[in-house]
Amino acid sequence: MTRPDMSVEIAGIKMRNPVMTASGTFGYGSEFVDYMNLECIGAIITKGLSLRPKAGNRTPRIVETPAGMLNAIGLQNVGIEAFIKGKIPFLRTVDTPVIVNLYGNSLEEYCELTDRLDKIVEVAGLEVNISCPNVRQGGIVFGTDPKAAYEVVKLVREATIKPLIVKLSPNVTDIVEIAHACAQAGADALSLINTLTGMAIDLQKRRPVLANVTGGLSGPAIKPVALRMVWQVARAVELPVIGIGGITSATDALEFIVAGATAIQVGTASFLDPSATQTIARDMEDYLAEYGINGIREMIGTLEA
Amino acid sequence: MQFKAMVLSNMEISPGYFRMRLTAPRDTEVCLPGQFLMVKVRDAFDPLLRRPFGIFDMPTIDSENTDTGRQSCLEILYKVVGKGTRVLAALHHGDHLDILGPLGKGFDTSGRGGEKILVGGGVGLAPLYYLARRLVTNSPVRLFAGGNNREDILCITEFERLGIETYVSTDDGTLGEQGVVTAVMARYLSDHPSIETIYACGPFPMLKAVSRIAERHGITCQVSLEAYMACGVGACLGCVLKGRDHTEEIPDYRCVCKDGPVFDSLELLWD
Repeated sequence: MTRPDMSVEIAGIKMRNPVMTASGTFGYGSEFVDYMNLECIGAIITKGLSLRPKAGNRTPRIVETPAGMLNAIGLQNVGIEAFIKGKIPFLRTVDTPVIVNLYGNSLEEYCELTDRLDKIVEVAGLEVNISCPNVRQGGIVFGTDPKAAYEVVKLVREATIKPLIVKLSPNVTDIVEIAHACAQAGADALSLINTLTGMAIDLQKRRPVLANVTGGLSGPAIKPVALRMVWQVARAVELPVIGIGGITSATDALEFIVAGATAIQVGTASFLDPSATQTIARDMEDYLAEYGINGIREMIGTLEA
Repeated sequence: MQFKAMVLSNMEISPGYFRMRLTAPRDTEVCLPGQFLMVKVRDAFDPLLRRPFGIFDMPTIDSENTDTGRQSCLEILYKVVGKGTRVLAALHHGDHLDILGPLGKGFDTSGRGGEKILVGGGVGLAPLYYLARRLVTNSPVRLFAGGNNREDILCITEFERLGIETYVSTDDGTLGEQGVVTAVMARYLSDHPSIETIYACGPFPMLKAVSRIAERHGITCQVSLEAYMACGVGACLGCVLKGRDHTEEIPDYRCVCKDGPVFDSLELLWD
């Protein structure tokens, strides 16, 4: 009996299975080599990169919440040059596509960064984080306004022919509207959701727990919201959708696939279990084998609703 | 490594403080003093994250349940401070825990055999005990144990059994000398300047004070930090600390979980 075909392809990126690592939860890959085989998952998405090194926020940066956690890391990263020198050599040795997540604080930064990454052959694709404030224009978060989202995606699109995934923020009134704008601007795929804005309070001190006051909520608590948004976007837009949000098991992942996702990302679960991505990939395959499903692609968007 | 451990014992050794002994797999990586474990206290989504605990000891005991007649164990000390530690406190012999470890950079125990000073209090004494077991094999060791009150002074008998001279102090004077542990240590240093290394583990303000004192005397000082952690492996950047050369333009953040938890005190930015 042949094993189920778990392979999927997004914008030309061929993945052996639909499991990808969520940006910010997997470092640059090397952090997890002692716990799992990086060649058992579909793709690695690196920590968000900016043009210049970024220090990130003051601590406390993280706090646990019921079935989840808030993070306000502040996009700390080594910057593009240090990434190329220091992280690419290791990633080159891994036979798994590497997708670089990037962000900017202005249209110019997004442009310059994309231009730089476009020339690196080891980068299989780009995931653009638009949940950042446009510092040059009043700090409006790109991803909360369809016009701003369109503008930034269009510029990035023009700067590269590499596969372009846009990561959507859920902190909007209508995520479908933003999805449409990104599709029109030339995105090859959409990944959603990024974290939900939340807060935790230390009652004794009468202060927010996080130094940044607010943070992004992730983990099992957000799965129902993520599932709903993936379903809404997948049926509204022609582009492949990558589902993210509270996935900790194969059945979680398969729910997102049924809702319309072509692939999924696993984030917080890697903190609970560093081999979570590998386990989920294997368990998904076992599920299909058990139910006699020949391949994962036949499950995409099969929700009867 | 990631492994399942069984609780062998879980004793309240002082009000709110527990000492837990767990089985360790036979092929457990050797844990170095100063390293820690990330423990999933319950197989559930709440509490979600693992909790970090310094390794107190790695004893091998006789056991009828193994084919060699011997069982490798891990021991941790913890204080009940919140949801996760409350779950731990309720565990019994036979319960299981999923553990990640050993993690982090431990203490540097190389040296010329000169006198070593240990400074700590509360659960800070945990990694210092495992360190002490290593140090006493080739150096004279003294311990300065401090805390708010007598309840924070843990396992002194164990240290004394290693032949370590122990100076106890409490802020309220309910045990040992009344005073701050760093003051007691500083006084000792003034009379005994030729210390090779100071090792400290405890709250940040205590470590800051110890590092200042050590720098003044020109003595090497290693500090073990605590931090809230999510991943424990250097991926999430949640547990960072500023390195000495940190500026906003050229950031120098260290992960307590991976670059530490032990640091040379001169490496860090204390202000």
